[in-house]
Amino acid sequence: MSVPVLEITNLHKRFGDVEVLKGIDLTMQRGDVVSLIGSSGSGKTTLLRCVNLLEDYEEGIVAVAGEQIGYRQQNGRRVRLREREIARQRAMTGMTFQHFNLFPHMSAIRNVMLGLVRTRKMPKDEAYATAETWLDRVGMKDRKDHFPGQLSGGQQQRVAIARAIAMNPELMLFDEVTSALDPELVSEVLAVVKGLAADGMTMLLVTHEMQFAHDVSDRVVFMQDGRIGEEGPPDTLFHNPKSERLAAFLKSSKF
Amino acid sequence: MDYDFNFAAVWRNFDLLLSGLGLGLVLALVSIAIGCVIGLFTAFGMLSKHRLLRWAAHGYVSAIRNTPILVLILFTFFALPQLGLRLGKIESFIVTLAVYSGAYLTEVFRSGLVALPPGLREAGLTIGLTELGTKVRITIPIMFRNVLPALGNNFISLFKDTSLAAAIAVPELTFHARKINVETFRVIETWLVASLMYVFACAIIAALLRRVERHLAIPG
Repeated sequence: MSVPVLEITNLHKRFGDVEVLKGIDLTMQRGDVVSLIGSSGSGKTTLLRCVNLLEDYEEGIVAVAGEQIGYRQQNGRRVRLREREIARQRAMTGMTFQHFNLFPHMSAIRNVMLGLVRTRKMPKDEAYATAETWLDRVGMKDRKDHFPGQLSGGQQQRVAIARAIAMNPELMLFDEVTSALDPELVSEVLAVVKGLAADGMTMLLVTHEMQFAHDVSDRVVFMQDGRIGEEGPPDTLFHNPKSERLAAFLKSSKF
Repeated sequence: MDYDFNFAAVWRNFDLLLSGLGLGLVLALVSIAIGCVIGLFTAFGMLSKHRLLRWAAHGYVSAIRNTPILVLILFTFFALPQLGLRLGKIESFIVTLAVYSGAYLTEVFRSGLVALPPGLREAGLTIGLTELGTKVRITIPIMFRNVLPALGNNFISLFKDTSLAAAIAVPELTFHARKINVETFRVIETWLVASLMYVFACAIIAALLRRVERHLAIPG
């Protein structure tokens, strides 16, 4: 078996006195699509944010493509990597956010180009072409010169997906990609994500869309109280939940 | 009131007033440019996670903002030479106004930075930009646009403060007006013309700043 795209071992994370992740183990191979579900406060989003070190973690190992993220071991002690190293590692993953977080002072295509030019050191014309290809892919090519403020939520989220994926990451992280969208805009974004999954992109998603999680995932992880409560193929997890907690959660999520 | 207006003496010296106004504008421009750089660094200092930096930034802003600018001008020009730092009057005034404006602009920039959604910085980091790269490409350009109206206010206020340079005989507009006043005794005419020149200059600055604001406005 090749090196896993993501390997999380015994991950612990604290906010002050509160331990929000209490020993997470999770492995993803190339092409895996894994959805994290669970009630709010269960640690899904924090787990996602530890993968690209938007949150520091206190214990355990997060490794992307075999490389530990954020820290190295030195004489048995954990040492935080330099800023530049961390920036390089962050670009190994792509991320989209609940609130899109497009750069409001740049057109759609410049949003996508920024990382290509600054991080990937791509020449501008090549970056433009790449950005255009990806905007086309998410159905936003005809709006490439629009600014975020001129786009609907669904359109902004699709540009944000193009911005992340154009960087050609090992792994895509989707944080509640449709939570901030009006109901009629959800499907256009989910269609894009499904398309990427079908292409073989390795993806880790936090989602409240149970039907979507069911349809798109190879595996679903149910988180409760900072631990993995249950994990398995979507059909098993959604139709034969082992624990009462999961059964209750699914019922409340109207699945 | 029975007063014969006579502007002849003022018009005769108008070139002096104009050159004074020009010098005032240059002084303001240079000082505020330096003040912007100081203010930006200090604003980041105030928001730093390092306590020492925060203290230093707060100390600077409170010390400067709580001292009248005239006192600062006199201190820099008369007291610093006693301590071994001798500056010409123009340099001395530029240093004073730069340091003074830096303290005010710190607060302007700080409020602009605090108001930004934290997600913008995070989005910058996720595409592999460093903290510095994120500041240069994303945070500062957006913050700058948002604080432009407040910045304009400060620019105008600081430009008018150049009149205080007359206190150390910098030959700007107020200095020349005072001289003309003393030499000709046309009190009303002199100060009326000087006042109108300030008003006119400030109106032009305000109009220019509004154009910059419109030009940089984020569509949508």
